[in-house]
Amino acid sequence: MIDGKRVLIILPAWNEAEGLPKILREIQQKLPGVDTLVVDDGSTDSTAAVAAAHGSKVAQLPYNLGVGGAMRFGYRYAHLHDYDVALQCDADGQHDPSYVPTLIAKLDEADLVIGARFAGEGSYKVRGPRSWAMKLLSVVLSRVARTRLTDTTSGYKACNKSMIEFFSHWYPVEYLGDTIESMVGAARCGFVIRQVPVAMRERTTGTPSASPIKATIYLARAGLVLLLAMIRRMPKHVKAIQPGTRTTAARSPQLIGR
Amino acid sequence: MHLTVITSITGVLVLVYILELLRRQQLREKYAAIWLAIGVVVAPLGFFPTILDSTARKLGIASGVSLVLFAGFVLLLLVSLHLSWEASRLEAETRTLAEDVAMMRAYLAEHHDYPIARSNSDAAKATDPGVTA
Repeated sequence: MIDGKRVLIILPAWNEAEGLPKILREIQQKLPGVDTLVVDDGSTDSTAAVAAAHGSKVAQLPYNLGVGGAMRFGYRYAHLHDYDVALQCDADGQHDPSYVPTLIAKLDEADLVIGARFAGEGSYKVRGPRSWAMKLLSVVLSRVARTRLTDTTSGYKACNKSMIEFFSHWYPVEYLGDTIESMVGAARCGFVIRQVPVAMRERTTGTPSASPIKATIYLARAGLVLLLAMIRRMPKHVKAIQPGTRTTAARSPQLIGR
Repeated sequence: MHLTVITSITGVLVLVYILELLRRQQLREKYAAIWLAIGVVVAPLGFFPTILDSTARKLGIASGVSLVLFAGFVLLLLVSLHLSWEASRLEAETRTLAEDVAMMRAYLAEHHDYPIARSNSDAAKATDPGVTA
């Protein structure tokens, strides 16, 4: 519980048995009373067992569905268990849980809050085609969301109740869908998106992809995902979910009956 | 060997194979209808490749054989497109199933001591040795 809200931190994990204990312990220390859900995305190591041993809720997907798939599951879980706030956060320790209260506080004026890496805090830097891709995405998505966004591919996000419901019914699962397309979809359906600056930490496990060829492919794919996200038709039952139910008390009556 | 011998044999074999798959219920009816229609149209062409010559000339194509080649290409394109569509739909369905399975496993683990598999490869091996390499 933070400010009387039930909070769930969703950690999609694929073979993260090594890094999980540290981040889970940190969350429990800094954010007592917050639930964590480790979505084991078809790991071949002991990710699920480690997460359970460290007192987290665990869901095991029977096979690998990718980050988007794991996140979609996380939002379905949060919706089914009626959480007020859901946060997504990497299991590799890049996202500092100390920022969680800041993200949640910002939910007072938004439905979706992004923890942005280039907005002042920290020293995260990228160059070449990858940075062009990120700039292009920032410019386009800032216009779509009608707010200044500087880090649109951040995997550190907080959602309020109506956003959770929206994402539990509609969450893109393909490449970059979990960052770009999910945001475009939310903005197109009228949800308010804001960002708060966060400092990123060095990842403790895994390596980032840095080659220029890979970065160029990334640019091309990001462009395609963006284009598709802009022209894709939103299903009617998804569009019917109304943004702006920021507190449980303000929950509109027509949503409860469904 | 004359061309018509090869084409006619092929036409008949394909038709027989479709019928056999149908007879063994290996093809769903919704696909079977398409393939049967294709087989019935294509098989006679094997025996008489020239029957399309006049139609082809009206369309401005040199010979019936070229027309068949072109039509065949378009047909295969449409069929593979249809299969991609079916695969996308099936993937969405199995994805939802996988999520539901995970949801229930999480509930059972939390409330009824359902075991958490040490790793998914163990869980998969237990049920289907063919799945994991």
